[in-house]
Amino acid sequence: MYSQGLIGADGRTAETPEFLEAFQRRVDAEEKIEPNDPMPEGYRRTLVRQIGQHAHSEIVGMLPEGNWITRAPSLRRKAALLAKVQDEGGHGLYLYSAAETLGVSREQMTEELHSGKAKYSSIFNYPTLTWADIGIIGWLVDGAAIMNQIPLCRCSFGPYARAMIRVCKEESFHQRQGYEIVMTLAQGTPEQKAMAQDALNRWWWPSIMMFGPHDADSQHSDQSMAWKIKRFTNDELRQKFIDATVPQAEYLDLKIPDPDLKWNEEKGGFDHGTIDWDEFWRVVKGHGPMARDRVKDRKVAWDNGAWVREAALAHAEKRRTRKMAAE
Amino acid sequence: MTTTPLWEVFIRPRNGLSHKHVGSIHAADEVMAVQAARDVYTRRGEGTSIWVVRSADIVASDPDQAGENFEPTADKIYRHPTFYEIPEDVGHM
Repeated sequence: MYSQGLIGADGRTAETPEFLEAFQRRVDAEEKIEPNDPMPEGYRRTLVRQIGQHAHSEIVGMLPEGNWITRAPSLRRKAALLAKVQDEGGHGLYLYSAAETLGVSREQMTEELHSGKAKYSSIFNYPTLTWADIGIIGWLVDGAAIMNQIPLCRCSFGPYARAMIRVCKEESFHQRQGYEIVMTLAQGTPEQKAMAQDALNRWWWPSIMMFGPHDADSQHSDQSMAWKIKRFTNDELRQKFIDATVPQAEYLDLKIPDPDLKWNEEKGGFDHGTIDWDEFWRVVKGHGPMARDRVKDRKVAWDNGAWVREAALAHAEKRRTRKMAAE
Repeated sequence: MTTTPLWEVFIRPRNGLSHKHVGSIHAADEVMAVQAARDVYTRRGEGTSIWVVRSADIVASDPDQAGENFEPTADKIYRHPTFYEIPEDVGHM
């Protein structure tokens, strides 16, 4: 569900100009590229990294929400949150499977996540302090992800585009369940409304940072746009998200924590205040409040699951030999 | 690190349609592959039947041979009904 501007990709490639031009013509003609097609090494590498980051984000994204499953305020909320977290796990698997068509193994990607070599969306390095955070995550974080992901359904790489179509179909439930949680709080007691406002105050800026650096500072955008991996720039997507979200906050009578936010008649969109890019880069580089816990939790889950994976393989082997002996 | 085998997953959305490739899954054996495919690919009534097959067992045409394999059909326009001219008076055929 979650993606942000690609961090640390390198679109450089070493093929002949003829090959690159022929490839670009296919992309320009909106032909989909499939796994066994010839493709520039830079294209393959960019996709492996982007799909990998995206998959890791889904998997790590289960952690902040999983934190509240046992404390959901009602059975209805608990069932919905469980289903949502299960969806994130599923989305991670669709994406790992798309990345694997490019010749990278899931084990390798998992190792890169655990070693810190691979990134994931830095939004998950913020803590989920109250139940309202679960509502805000669904509304804002999934909302921002949807803005990013709808254009990815038209990505030039077939398996990624197909995975994203499945993801987007499932994602709209996530945002609606989040908004419903926030709405219930906003229309509740003054304390509940304050809790919703507090969560909005903490998540607003990290959410709009999810679209990545401004276009002028985004190193990888041009090549990704040319290859039609990306369809809109970071700033275009951020603008769409803000324009869609502000009226939703107004409906709830919640205040977006940006004193400079105002409607710009001329551009037909909202102007927003200055984003704290120092904070963004600090969190991307692993200094987010929860960064260490997130990766540690993933490693613990992986290590504690090792005996299950081994037992499953041993069981499969035993069944196979017995079957062969019986034949 | 031992690698858990990869399986390709095919789902029949409903009776009357064929199974269609939806993605892949890792699982130690075929029983777990079907269970995992059910959990990952059919959470919202996407299917009534699942096939899994080990990815290693799929035999595919060579992408380098795609030209030789598939392009010749493009110039055999006489294989299509519109190649033949039938007077309108004959009616729908």
